[in-house]
Amino acid sequence: MKILVCITNVPDTTAKISFTDGDTKFNKTGVQYICGPYDDYALSRAVELKEQHGGTVTVLNVGEAESEQVIRKCLAIGADDAIRVNTEPTDSYFVAEQIAHIASQENYDLILMGRESIDFNSGVIHGLVGEMLGIPSLSPVMKLEIDGGVAKMTREIEGGKEDIEASLPLVLGCQEPIAEWKIPNMRGIMSARTKPLKVVEPVGVGLTITEKYALPAPKGAVKMIPAEEAEKLIDLLKNEAKVL
Amino acid sequence: MSVLVFAELDNGSIKKSSLEAIYYGSEVAKAKGSSVTVLAIGESSNEALAIAGKYGASKVLWASDARLNVASIQAYSSVLAEAVNATSAEFVILSKSSLGDAVSARVSAKLKASIVSNVVDLPDFSSGVTVKRSIYTGKAFATVALTADKKVIAIKKNAVNVVEGDGSASVENFAPSLNDADFAVKVTGTHKASGQVSLPEADLVVSAGRGLKGPENWGIVEDLANALGAATACSKPVSDLDWRPHHEHVGQTGIKVSPNLYIACGISGAIQHLAGVNSSKVIVVINKDPEAPFFKAADYGIVGDVFDVLPRLTKAIQAAK
Repeated sequence: MKILVCITNVPDTTAKISFTDGDTKFNKTGVQYICGPYDDYALSRAVELKEQHGGTVTVLNVGEAESEQVIRKCLAIGADDAIRVNTEPTDSYFVAEQIAHIASQENYDLILMGRESIDFNSGVIHGLVGEMLGIPSLSPVMKLEIDGGVAKMTREIEGGKEDIEASLPLVLGCQEPIAEWKIPNMRGIMSARTKPLKVVEPVGVGLTITEKYALPAPKGAVKMIPAEEAEKLIDLLKNEAKVL
Repeated sequence: MSVLVFAELDNGSIKKSSLEAIYYGSEVAKAKGSSVTVLAIGESSNEALAIAGKYGASKVLWASDARLNVASIQAYSSVLAEAVNATSAEFVILSKSSLGDAVSARVSAKLKASIVSNVVDLPDFSSGVTVKRSIYTGKAFATVALTADKKVIAIKKNAVNVVEGDGSASVENFAPSLNDADFAVKVTGTHKASGQVSLPEADLVVSAGRGLKGPENWGIVEDLANALGAATACSKPVSDLDWRPHHEHVGQTGIKVSPNLYIACGISGAIQHLAGVNSSKVIVVINKDPEAPFFKAADYGIVGDVFDVLPRLTKAIQAAK
């Protein structure tokens, strides 16, 4: 089985978000980058499926050279090789175009990724890639088993979940509890250094342009209500905040 | 040039979040001197769909083919793309949801359209088309220009203040051409909690964390939610411990909510939790630890024991009714 796992290089979930250059650029100073948490689930499941069924796991990142630290970590976790498309991932359509372009050069049985990136949170790449390749896309997938050429999955829906079946190939957006996160061991880290990491140049153009960034207005001071007078809260929510 | 809104149905009725999308679409149409058509897919009725008129739509296209009764990402995408072509729509508007994300993405690829998700305000037409969207899980915003001829905009809850009018929409049957490939994915089972307020749709949310000490204590959270007509939610540790189902988990890696009111009970307020709730209009925090970081993000706070405070709030709401 050939699996392609698309990963994002994103600021840590605890990172302080700020902007520079007149609010036109993300301020990377002091920010720790990680593999997107949802992408980590996708990668972990891919490695498990390889252990069960044999095959290869290729990691794909659309990003600049700074992504390579995170890519090496993915190789240490168990991916066999990696491809980096050397460009800034600025627009959903553009990123999907890169993934579809790479994917169309090989016959992948599964293209896995996180349900969304945690920087732009769009959650649309799997659908775009699926349509560009003319194969089904599903998200958010929380359970994935492969039986012959068929994937048996559980997908989260509003207020519950549904069981689904579809023939490979598929594009899937993943989320917990599809797999346990894997931590690289020493042997993995050593072998990751020599695993192939191919860098290719992008194709196509984006269909949106991000012009400016802004931070939310600071929150006003919290109004404390003594516990003995907790009932007053209801009156405040009704008459002051007007949300009831 | 027109505006097409993709409306999701729940038990035959247009979802509340989709009514918001219709109103958003009508504001876009007003700005562009054009009209709004709504596409509804699946089981419904003329009467249930005509409601769209109150939110500014002039026409509803209803794809009622029985094969579409179970939501299918592929099939719904094909139907929506066909409706875009049939109406020559420049704008496709929808509410962000797991179905909406999937369908809008495939439609953008079919139409080579600009797609922007998590939009929090009406577009600015002063120079091209730009929208304000939420990024970094609610921690920042970006202004984005849509440069393709066709534009897909997925809005976040509360992106627009809906004003109900008294218009009515005509409902027309829409018979798309479907093929077997559209139904390649089979749904073999559905497990859905019934009778509860849907969390992503809810205006009011009561959420609880480890401070509740165990799943057996959730009665006081549900009582407060029922008294308010609110949805229930939980923090990540609570869902990880299986005290509550995963679809109730709000936060960075769970559901992101933006209700009018979010009441957090016994949740300390880790940055990952705040990321999922920071676009709520009003936040109330109830925690016995005065140092809980959540108080810094709150509008109202009560330092107290949830086992004492929650039942008293429930009583006060019932008394005020």
